[in-house]
Amino acid sequence: MGKLTKREKPEILPAGEFIEGAVDYRSLDNTIGTLVLNQGNHRWPWYATFAIGFGLLQLLGLAITWLLWRGVGIWGINNSVAWGFDIVNFVWWIGIGHAGTLISAVLLLVRQTWRNSINRFAEAMTLFAVNCAGIFPLLHAGRPWVAYWMFPYPNILGMWPQFRSPLLWDVFAVTTYITVSALFWFVGLIPDLATLRDKSKNPIFKYIFGAASLGWRGSAKHWHRYETAYMTLAGISTPLVLSVHTIVSFDFAVSVVPGWHATIFPPYFVAGAVYAGFAMVLTLAIPLRKWYKLEGIITMKHIDWMAKIMLATSLVVLYGYVCELFYAHYSGNTYEIFMINNRMFGPYGWSYWALIFCNGVVPQFLWSPKVRKNLLLLFVISQVVSVGMWLERFVIIVVSLTRLFLPSSWAMYYPTVWDWMMYIGTLGLFTFLMFGFVRVLPMVTIFEMKELLSRIRHKRHLGLNNAPLHAGNGHNGHGGHGGEAPIHTEPLGRPAADKEE
Amino acid sequence: MMHGHSLTSTPAIYAVVAEFSSDNEILRATKRAREAGYKKMDCYTPFPVHGLAEALEFEDKVLPWVMFIAALTGTFVGFGMEIYALAYDYPMNVGGRPLVSWPSFIPVAYEMTILLCAFGAVFGMLGLNGLPRPYHSIFNTPGFDLASQDRFFLAIEATDPQFDVERTEQFLESLHPERVSIVEK
Repeated sequence: MGKLTKREKPEILPAGEFIEGAVDYRSLDNTIGTLVLNQGNHRWPWYATFAIGFGLLQLLGLAITWLLWRGVGIWGINNSVAWGFDIVNFVWWIGIGHAGTLISAVLLLVRQTWRNSINRFAEAMTLFAVNCAGIFPLLHAGRPWVAYWMFPYPNILGMWPQFRSPLLWDVFAVTTYITVSALFWFVGLIPDLATLRDKSKNPIFKYIFGAASLGWRGSAKHWHRYETAYMTLAGISTPLVLSVHTIVSFDFAVSVVPGWHATIFPPYFVAGAVYAGFAMVLTLAIPLRKWYKLEGIITMKHIDWMAKIMLATSLVVLYGYVCELFYAHYSGNTYEIFMINNRMFGPYGWSYWALIFCNGVVPQFLWSPKVRKNLLLLFVISQVVSVGMWLERFVIIVVSLTRLFLPSSWAMYYPTVWDWMMYIGTLGLFTFLMFGFVRVLPMVTIFEMKELLSRIRHKRHLGLNNAPLHAGNGHNGHGGHGGEAPIHTEPLGRPAADKEE
Repeated sequence: MMHGHSLTSTPAIYAVVAEFSSDNEILRATKRAREAGYKKMDCYTPFPVHGLAEALEFEDKVLPWVMFIAALTGTFVGFGMEIYALAYDYPMNVGGRPLVSWPSFIPVAYEMTILLCAFGAVFGMLGLNGLPRPYHSIFNTPGFDLASQDRFFLAIEATDPQFDVERTEQFLESLHPERVSIVEK
């Protein structure tokens, strides 16, 4: 390794910054990198959660096998309610994925550096949630082995997909979404994989990370293009994520079914997606930061801000529910009015009130800073919100279909054990993938944390210990520029010889 | 191949590399090297240091065009595919709507635009950066594994017209780095 030069003392950052405690670049490497490089860090909570995930995943395998053997008749769907749990779960999972993109792309574009602590695993969450989501429509189509028919390719059938159908828009939206999310995720990983390559002492790890990092060497010219590409990916992911859930909502809004045919659907679906997604991020972040001692990286400030976003989006969806009530009555349309009354007081009325309780009432506790600081309560509220968002999709999809225009075709919908197994199975798949990921890849973006640390240092006018660039002008002169000031605006006139004193 | 540091200017030398311990220092050093007239330089840092590309007078004008053209290709391929498929190859009258019912063609064309733009961004960036590239001479720098951790390296390459091992080394030493290494190819 050659001469190991003197190492600066880690700087102590107080609570209230986005990184807390004693940190320098190397300590960040160690905190995050060792979770991968030193597999001994994974203790019983990891094994327990992974085992649960793996166990539940078996249910998914069983449910899919039986489904392929027998067909979709094993589910509770019927002629009236052709969209049941499968579509409810599809929309729920896609929505959960959206918070990951929101954190990684939208918050990057608006320069919210606090995202750096949570974006990597939020992006992983996106990928895995979209995977879980994709399973449902694929199987619901009945013959998944010919799913490729949905793609436009010249074929001997002489046919093309119907591009005027929202269901086909969905195919394009979801496949584009998962592809772009995967690319974005991988691009973010490249420099971190190089860090792991360089830190690893195990030759096999070194080889794997070396190959996966594509020989990244951190050249300033490469970083320059890298940032261009990364920002562009963020820039296009933002309209992408909005378009994906908009198109998912078009699956409903473009139809004429009462309760579906509403212009408010796209914004209200997108807000609901972010809401459910942040609930899932909190569900994952709260235990992970504790188990892996990441409290200095995912700080209480992060948790607090995520809770606030959850509160804000809860108000948006609540507004959506109120609008639906208003629209139905204001429209004067018999079917719309019947639908909304049926939704509230019909045979599934309980699900509507449970939804209002979960999504409208419970999150109001988040107005209190005390609740936002109480991890256990936050964890519980996140769970309630997840249930609430699931109920929202159930209410929209199933309840509207059970009592449509013709009373002769009214039918109740009862999910079967296979429906539940599929759903619980995807929860298992998600847990399995998430916890597998935590073990093999860095769950926090190391290079962005270093960049953030560098910004925090500049903001604090401390510079680095052996380069006292700002030693003389601690609180004057340069107080004007904010924390985001790029480094090159710093004065450079001080001669390098200063160091020698 | 010869190992150890050769002090004679042989073609086997790739660069003289100085190691710094902070982003401020490397930025200042790069500016000074530029002022001293060095042109074939590169910096290696664990995270993007803003201002370094400008200090190196490096600007990439190709990648934005790659992404833009890829995105446009997506739009046209998307619309073209839909119009060809539904208006020419397999015309289908749905509720009396026009065959080229362009408003309902927007979502697919839109997604195609984003998809191809993303491909352009990622593969364009990797391609222009010459990645994947498993071997590069800079990896011979002693302690270069720290370039992805907490050290910042400035390399003045042997192909620079002003390059002279001894003088370049002296120049870099004058910038007070942690150390200076002569790196072979």
